[in-house]
Order: sequence, then structure tokens, then C-alpha cells
Amino acid sequence: MRRFGPVVVEQRRVASGWTSAFVRVLAIALALGLGALILEAGGYSARESYRTMWDAAFANRDALAETLVAATPLIFTGLAVAVAARMLLWNIGAEGQLFLGAAAASWLAFSFPDAPRSVLLPAMVVAGAIGGAMWAAGPGLLRATLGVSEIVTTLMLNFVAILFVDYLVHGPWRDPESSGFPLSKPFSHSAILPSFGDTRLHAGFLIALGAAVVVWALLRSTRFGYEVRVIGESQPAARYAGMPLRRNIVLVLLVSGSLAGIAGMSEVSGIVFRIQPDISAGFGYTGIIVATLGRFSAPGVVVAAILFGALQVGGFALQTTEVPPSIVQVLQGAILFITVGAEVLARYRVRWSPRRERAPVAEETP
Amino acid sequence: MNSVWVTTFAIAVAAGTTLVFAAVGEVVAERAGVLNLGLEGMMLVGAVTGFMALDRTGSLELGVLAALAAGALLGLLHAFLTVSLHADQIVAGLALTIFGTGLSAYLGRDVVGKPARDSFDPLAIPLLHDIPWVGPVLFDQNLLVYTSYVLVAVVWVALFRTRLGLHLRAVGESAGTADAMGVSVVGLRYGAVIVGGSLAGLAGAYLSLARTPGWSEGMTAGRGWIAVGLVIFARWNPIGALAGGFLFGLMEALNFQAQAVGITLSPFFLGMLPYLFTIAAIVFAALVGSRRLGAPAALGLPYRREER
Repeated sequence: MRRFGPVVVEQRRVASGWTSAFVRVLAIALALGLGALILEAGGYSARESYRTMWDAAFANRDALAETLVAATPLIFTGLAVAVAARMLLWNIGAEGQLFLGAAAASWLAFSFPDAPRSVLLPAMVVAGAIGGAMWAAGPGLLRATLGVSEIVTTLMLNFVAILFVDYLVHGPWRDPESSGFPLSKPFSHSAILPSFGDTRLHAGFLIALGAAVVVWALLRSTRFGYEVRVIGESQPAARYAGMPLRRNIVLVLLVSGSLAGIAGMSEVSGIVFRIQPDISAGFGYTGIIVATLGRFSAPGVVVAAILFGALQVGGFALQTTEVPPSIVQVLQGAILFITVGAEVLARYRVRWSPRRERAPVAEETP
Repeated sequence: MNSVWVTTFAIAVAAGTTLVFAAVGEVVAERAGVLNLGLEGMMLVGAVTGFMALDRTGSLELGVLAALAAGALLGLLHAFLTVSLHADQIVAGLALTIFGTGLSAYLGRDVVGKPARDSFDPLAIPLLHDIPWVGPVLFDQNLLVYTSYVLVAVVWVALFRTRLGLHLRAVGESAGTADAMGVSVVGLRYGAVIVGGSLAGLAGAYLSLARTPGWSEGMTAGRGWIAVGLVIFARWNPIGALAGGFLFGLMEALNFQAQAVGITLSPFFLGMLPYLFTIAAIVFAALVGSRRLGAPAALGLPYRREER
């Protein structure tokens, strides 16, 4: 606590919900302002660029559908990062888990092309989850048993997973009719997620919303969720209460990996209908921003993912103009670090308190 | 040892140097207690600004300076977030990497694939170059590689044989104690992170000006992250970072030289080697003794004087 005349600045351990939400809106506004400066400095019109982006993301029904299409994988990867972060674990490997999930789901699609849709699609979701979970299991076990940083291991495995999928589509899964492009052959009809009307919005979005509800309920009303939250708040308290720390580290990373894996299934089955190297536009990494912006809560992640979906769609729209689409990545990074910086400031509360009132100084300082 | 292996080891040194720069910088920052996961983003920004400066001016020296300055600026940003605002070092670093990746792509939009006007070419050192095996591997490299040898020595001496280094390590071990001794925690942490950032910038410029002259989006391909893992493997010691850098460079060189040395594994699997090796290295570091052995005790912890 510091006093500047009658003004008292106090620190809170956690910023309040409303302050946090305000900080996030402010961070987005500041990032857009910074982006505008960068655009103008590059000789582009910020106003027109943002207008193009807005129209592409929200102007009509099709635009909105595209935004939700782009939000779908981000909901999954955002949830994946958020679940682990609740226990203070950083899963930077959602990208690789997404690729493994996509590969596992594709393997089912190629193995049973004639299976009925009602069986094949759910099985592919499960396969995607298992693929992603498998890819997160190693880092989880290493962290739980040897204390090896999950940040480095999950991240390294991203590159391995992408190379593995590269290998598959260049080698065993290559479509002989692809005339040199590294693509697999297309999925059969029954391996393709249904879509809404004539838009590209597919059932993967509903699965993502379902996953958000499941994660929300899991954290809120199960014993596992309770333990995850307690461990995240205070490891000593959790240990004192006899909570199994190691087991929960592995479990939470399995849950995290399976969420990211389903993202991969949803992309191959809902958007590209085959597997190829460019199924993800860095969704795993964007998931980190989405999770942070969403305060690591399931509803927050959904809102943040839709916002970032809109940014992504806006970025695509810029490709038809002269403005470099990479400005979107700049915006995303800026939103994240402005949030990070501002969140800390939001922990301070400014209070009017003239001296003679004697604010309870003695009780507050430890 | 035949000439194929001499060539392979020479490539290993050339490929590893970028890791050496980045990892030595990270050793400095982490010794002061600040984890910087923004290396990858800083390297990319360093690579693109270095190449753009070369493209505008034709001067390699200005390219290097631009990269150092760009890295230092990002380091300043990281220090401001983590040291002054006490932001979580992990999240701040990730933000920096994502921001740097985007910023580098934005800045470099007009120079993608443009041929380099100049580059750091191999410069054999007389006499030393004639030592059998060692000579062609270590002393037939470009100027930046030689700079990395000197840098490692300088940083080692500075860290372990000077008062400044003692203070820096004290800040990383126990910021409160260092503060009580009259050492400026904030000043040294800012300094260390800025030095680390500028070296990450140099690591990027090494790629775009020497190793593979030119600029392409995401050209660091995860090397910044490998450098983060390398610091653990190196036990926070610049000499370890040098050795580790060459070892990792060897993984890259093997991919390059696969046919010549008679490896028939698919290039995709060979490409996985540096990443798998990073995991193996930190697992190894964890298995040998305590996992925190050598790690600065206050690594990752923000310092608030009022909470001492």
C-alpha cells in the first residue's frame, strides 16, 4: 500500500472480474491503435484496412459463418491451454497435438471409408482426442516424474508432429492423383462433418461449444476440477490436503492434449476433407492468446476465440488488398502483451482515503 | 577421419553458431533471474531487421548493428513487462514470440526471397586453419562464428570472474539479499535482459546475413526454442552453451549431409532430430542430479522490494 496525500494505492492479489474484463477491452483497443500506427507508418490506410477486416468478419450471414469457422479450432486449442494453465502448466504443444489428432482421425477415415457416418464421425472424434492426448502424455509424464519443463517438451514435439504429418502426406498417405502436391486422398462422404446450409460452418463448431460446456462443468463440479483449481491456487495447500499432484499433472495434460487433438479432427473432417501440411494456421499458438484473453475460463475462451476468429477472417480479406495480412499477427501479439502488462496494473486499486480515517494499515501489511 | 566428416563437423559449427548466440544471451538473462521465452520472436525480428539494413545500405556491419538494436529494444520491452510491471515471465515471453513472429513477417514483406547484396563468407585464419581436422572445422568459418568464440569467453569471464558478474548472479540467486547488499536489482535485470535480447537479435542476423543469406518468414524454424532448452542442457554456463550449440548444429548437419555420410533415413525423420535431441538433453539434465542443479534460485520470480 502506498499513500499519495489522500489517495491510497493498494494491491490486490487478483484483479476483480470486471476490472479484468475492462482491461481486456482496453488492451484490444490499444492494440488496434498500435496496429493503426504501424499501418499508417507503412503507408496504408488504417481506417480502410480495419473496415475491410470488419466487413469480412461481421457484415453478413456468410461473413459471420466464416468467423465461426475460424473460431472453431481456436475454441479447442484455447480450452486446451486454459485447462492446463489452471494448474499452472503451460501446454505450448497444442499445435502438435492438433496435427496428431488430425492424423489419427484421418487414419480412421482411410481405414473404414465405407463405415456409416453415424459411427465413423464419433469414432474419428475419439481418435482425434486419443491422438492429441498421446502427444501430450510424454511431456505430462516427464513433468510429473522428473520435473522436466513441459514448456520446452510440448513445444519441441510440435515440430516433430508437423514433420511426421509431412512424412505421411509425402509418403504412405500421398494421393497418387495429387500431381506432386503433398496431400492425402480425399475423405469418403461418411468421414465428412455435416455443414449448415450453403456455408462452410460445420458441426465442428457445435462440438467445440460442447467441449467448452464439458470443460466448464469438469472444472466446476467434479473432484478432478476442484483439485486442479486448488493445485493452481496453491501447491502447498493441495499437498497438505493430500491431493495427488503427479497424477493430476498427467491427467490435466491428457485432457488438454485431447482437446487440441479434436481440433485437428474438426479441421480435416470439417474444412479440408483430407490431411495436408497446412491444416493449421498456428491455431495451437493462437490458443495461448485466446486462453489468456479468456482468463482461462471456458466461457471466456469461447468469446476470445470468436474475436480472434474474426481477426483471422479479417486477415484473409486483407490478402485481396495491398495491406500485408501479417498485421493480424502483430495485432494478436500486441493484444496479448498489452493484456499481460495491463492486467498487472489492474491489480492496483486506487482509493480516496484522507489521512485521519486511518486506513487499516497495520492489519494489511504482513 | 575422412573429409566428409570434416565437412559435416564444419557445417555443425556453422549451423550451431546461431544457437550459441541466442543461448549465451539467455544464460545472461536467466543468471539474473529473468526467463525469456521470447527468443524465437527476437531472433526473427533480428533476422529481418539485419537483412533489411543490409538491403538498404549494402553494409553488413550496419545489418548486424540493426539486429542488435532491434533485439535490445524487444529486450527492453520484456524487461519493462517482467521487471517493472512484475508480469508473469512465461506469458510475457510467449507474447513477445507471437508479436515478434508477426512483426517480422510484416516488416519483411517486401524483401521475402530477395537476393542478399552481401554476406559473411568463410575467412580462413592463417596458421590455425592448417591444424589438421580442427583447423578446417573451427577456423575456416565466417567472422560472426569467430565473434561467437570470443563472446563465449568474454561472457564467461564477465559472469564468473568480475564483480559485475558476481552481482548479476547474486540478483538471480536471491534478489532480496542482493538488494540489501546495495546492488541494483532492477538495473542489473534490465541490463541482462537487454543484453540477452540483443544477442538473440544477433543470432537472427547470423541466419539472414551469414548462414542462409536472405529473408523468409519464420526462417528460424524453432531455433529460439531450441536455444531455451539448450540453456538447461548447458547448466547456465556459456561454455556449455557453446558445446551444446555445436552438438545441436551436428543434428542439423547430419540432415544436410545425410547422403554423403551414408544415412538412409527419411529426411522428415532426420529433421526431427534437433527437436528430439533437445528433449533428450533436458531429460538427461533432469536425470543427472537434482533437476534445479545450476539453475539460478530466483529464476522466474519477480522482485518486489516492498514484499521483501
